[in-house]
Amino acid sequence: MNSFDEAWGNLPDFLSWHVLLSVSALALGLLLSLPLAVLATRSRILRGGALTFASLIQTIPSLALLALFYPVLLALSHFTQDNFGFGFRALGFLPALLALTLYSMLPVLRNTITALAGIDPAVKMAARGVGMTRWQSLFIVELPLAAPIIMAGIRTAAVWVIGTATLATPIGQTSLGNYIFTGLQTENYVFVLFGVVSAAGLTLIIDRLLALSEDGLARRSRARVIASLAGLAVVIGASLYPMFGHAERSVVIGTKSFDEQYILGNVLADKLKSAGIVTTRRDGLGSTVIFRALAAGDLDVYVDYSGTIWANEMKRADSPGRAAVLAQMADWMKKTYGIRYVGPLGFENAYAFAMPRAKADALHIATLADLAAYAPRMKIGGDFEIFSRPEWRAVQKAYGLKFGVQRQYQANLMYNAVSGGDVDVISAFSSDGRIAQYDLKVLGDPKGALPPYDAILLVSPAHANDDGLLMALKPLLGAIDLATMQRANLMVDRPDDKLSPQQAARWLEKKITPK
Amino acid sequence: MIELQGLSKAYPGSAVPVVRALSFTVEDGEFLVVIGESGSGKTTTLNMINRLIEPSAGRINVDGEDVLGLDAVSLRRRMGYVFQGAGLFPHMTVAENIAVTPRLLGWPKPDIDSRIDELLHLVRLAPADYRGRFPRELSGGQQQRVALARALAAKPKIMLMDEPFGALDPLIRDDLAEDYRQIHERLKLTTIFVTHDMTEAMLLGDRIAVMREGALIQIGTPNQLLGNPADDFVKALVDTPKKRARRLAEVLRVTP
Repeated sequence: MNSFDEAWGNLPDFLSWHVLLSVSALALGLLLSLPLAVLATRSRILRGGALTFASLIQTIPSLALLALFYPVLLALSHFTQDNFGFGFRALGFLPALLALTLYSMLPVLRNTITALAGIDPAVKMAARGVGMTRWQSLFIVELPLAAPIIMAGIRTAAVWVIGTATLATPIGQTSLGNYIFTGLQTENYVFVLFGVVSAAGLTLIIDRLLALSEDGLARRSRARVIASLAGLAVVIGASLYPMFGHAERSVVIGTKSFDEQYILGNVLADKLKSAGIVTTRRDGLGSTVIFRALAAGDLDVYVDYSGTIWANEMKRADSPGRAAVLAQMADWMKKTYGIRYVGPLGFENAYAFAMPRAKADALHIATLADLAAYAPRMKIGGDFEIFSRPEWRAVQKAYGLKFGVQRQYQANLMYNAVSGGDVDVISAFSSDGRIAQYDLKVLGDPKGALPPYDAILLVSPAHANDDGLLMALKPLLGAIDLATMQRANLMVDRPDDKLSPQQAARWLEKKITPK
Repeated sequence: MIELQGLSKAYPGSAVPVVRALSFTVEDGEFLVVIGESGSGKTTTLNMINRLIEPSAGRINVDGEDVLGLDAVSLRRRMGYVFQGAGLFPHMTVAENIAVTPRLLGWPKPDIDSRIDELLHLVRLAPADYRGRFPRELSGGQQQRVALARALAAKPKIMLMDEPFGALDPLIRDDLAEDYRQIHERLKLTTIFVTHDMTEAMLLGDRIAVMREGALIQIGTPNQLLGNPADDFVKALVDTPKKRARRLAEVLRVTP
């Protein structure tokens, strides 16, 4: 299966979520902003307040706005759980919906306020003169007259929301953004392009249909408005159609935002599918978000790394050895969250500080300890997480490392940066095939500052005793060795002859299936 | 019968009241023209009668009932109101504009439909041609005829008119004024009509009330005003149409 076919195959799922999310956010946004705008025309203070608030929302980068809702909702969910006995899913649809709703408000608010304020005073006078109440004047005269301008605002909001909905992917909401994020991560530009074109296409179609409505309202042509509404109903209905049918509760597979995770996500999906389990994907989540999501039941299964949980979640800085880490971690997760530790996959993907072999050899650097003397004159490149993780502080402390410059990269670009000489050292991943490809030297950790990072399978509290699921996952335990994982990763990462994560997953499955 | 007693309007923060202790009575079936320069308080007075503006002091009685104690919205539905610039609802057809007040009052649909045709005939617009048109498809005079029909729709006994024909061409204006005077007679309306044009006032009004700086200077029939003006201002006002009539007569005599 080539990338295009794979992308095409995902379209019903991605598109239906994208449409559901955008339409819900727009509807909710309208429900809030229209009454607010009407009230605002009657109060100068409210008008100023509402417009300032909506403008302020626009100044927050959209990705950050979406991301910020997760912790807020999580706290709220804990609060309601503690006080009223119910919680809700803080990841995925809800935070995306709320952020996009806020995002949709400004154009509708502004246009509605402007349109209502711009109505000919003689017409408003006439409305009072013929004996209309304030509300009758509003609904019979003012709103219908303001409708074309309000509609223009709704169009702007629709374009913004449908575009911004692509950013819902990192907070665990499937959207057309899945193509873009996965594509960027795996340097699969067919995916990126597919995502961009489909999102733009959807935006264009909805915008044209709303334009027809706007035109219809301006010309008082009922036929145009009806045609537009019918068109919208068809587009939305057709997009949402794939959603009906899987009513059964599916098992949600999560992945973090790098290639190995996408490959393993596909492997998990295939394994569960062949066991007859219905699955849904939440791709490209952040390290902390994904663990919380599992604990909260927003996700059901994913692959994490023991050291990440050890350092980030358990806040441990010691390193008592591989077996002890796994045992204590399993125990802690079960007690604290009810999370089920299924077992290790068989390889380790550790944070590994690496530099070009030639340079390392020339300076006689073999370990992190050797690096300390050169560090102040060196530049280090890391992914988006490393410099804020406890492991980094532990390593810095253990070896007295102090780099002259720190830079953050998208994981893929990190390797280009170090081989191109932009930085001297990077925080590589030990299972990454590009360490070999770029001939990087992984520096030793003689003081054991870094914990082990065994790839491990985790299952949510709700499925902790789901025998069907656990049985389906069992064949993966201990099945993937480091060399196999590195090869699979390289298939996706290499610049030439790249495979998609799904293709690499198929290769990996074949490789680990006992003959 | 409409009685105004000591009616005043002052806006907060403004030392000079817009209308000062105004008292007069309009009899049933009477056509009263209120005349004055701009800023004389004539429009404010009119708008206080249907409570588009709330009086600061004084009383308004209609048929012995204190208007200020009534619900302002239902009061307005009982009175016709026409003002300069028509103020037709641009998103509604002629028929829909006319039907507004009857609909607000919850008339049955067949009654409203027949009423629309009746009114279009009354203001001399062919229903078949005009019912479905939008205001932007009408001339200024036609728009004002529709506004008149709209004001008459719910069969009010009282009509309040604020320079209704002020923005129209003279020819159309005379035409409309004459038509309206006939409608006033035929429907036995009580009309209060605001204008700043003394010729119009004399041609239309049974009586004329002259206002200046918020106060009533004189009220009387056109002949009373001509024969016995209360002061120089009234004299100057009534002299204008007199002079024009005289000049017109001379011009017509010279022409063969």
